[in-house]
Amino acid sequence: MKGMTIIVKTIASWVKVLIFLFGISIVLFGHLTPGGGFAGGVILASSYVLLMLAFGREFVEKNLSLPAASKIDCLGAFLFALIAILGFVFGGVFFVNYLVKYSQPLRLISAGTIPLSNIAIGIKVGASLFLVVLTLSIFRLRQSTDKKE
Amino acid sequence: MAIFYILLIFMVIAAIIAVETKDLLSSVICLGAVGFGSSVMFVFLRAPDIAITQIVVEVLSLIILIRAIIARDLTFITGDREFFGVVISVVIIFIIFLAGVKVFETLPAFGTTIFEKLPGVAAETYLKKGLADTGAANIIAAIILDYRGYDTLGEATVLFTSIVGATVLMREKGKKLLEDIDK
Repeated sequence: MKGMTIIVKTIASWVKVLIFLFGISIVLFGHLTPGGGFAGGVILASSYVLLMLAFGREFVEKNLSLPAASKIDCLGAFLFALIAILGFVFGGVFFVNYLVKYSQPLRLISAGTIPLSNIAIGIKVGASLFLVVLTLSIFRLRQSTDKKE
Repeated sequence: MAIFYILLIFMVIAAIIAVETKDLLSSVICLGAVGFGSSVMFVFLRAPDIAITQIVVEVLSLIILIRAIIARDLTFITGDREFFGVVISVVIIFIIFLAGVKVFETLPAFGTTIFEKLPGVAAETYLKKGLADTGAANIIAAIILDYRGYDTLGEATVLFTSIVGATVLMREKGKKLLEDIDK
């Protein structure tokens, strides 16, 4: 049986949802409260890392495979660049906050492009840190099979 | 403020143990103690953004480091150091310490903003016009995603490039390995 003991598996299957939701809330409220795209992205990645430690690598790869994670990583980077380029199209300057005049401060939907950039960075950082752990785990597998030979 | 200094001394002791211990696993655990101590320190310094980032990155890097150590055989750092090298490094550390004291004398007092001493610096603009310019209540988000957007783009690019490099380097061997396991 892959992974850890049944105690760890049960707790992990309860806690994973809470960790994921906490990551989403940190990303979404990044422009109002402490937090933001990077911190929220790391929390999103750590919920998957918890699953990987508790249930083994194959279980996680069924949910989010290595090519899919790469695609999500590229998507996040592309979205962030797209927000910057849209600033050039609508505002005339690269990275200008062109949506700020349509919103009131201290609301959830406020601050123009800042929450959108937070979401893009959250997707990007989460997927890439998940990829780091996944690639290192495959690399570690190679080392252990080299030893057996 | 007393707890601040207690925490500082705790972190310094943990860092010394992390450098000096011969067991790699306890070294990594001491490194984790330093990281969590610094995240508590950031809360005392009223920087909750950095504290959150510090604590989550610390957890993830500790997991990676401990997995990497458990995967390989525990190695012990041995070998005696020469007396001359110790003297040289102590002298260099003392010179850096004196330079650091000189630098800290120029900083403003704890809790005061820098633009009371130097009017017209960028931080003054950020704090006074941040909410009106960007509409973001969290001034950190306003700075890193609006005023300093290029920095964040560069940081995201560095992360992206490192991931692309790592996956390309490890892809071929990993694929072969997975095929072998399936057989």
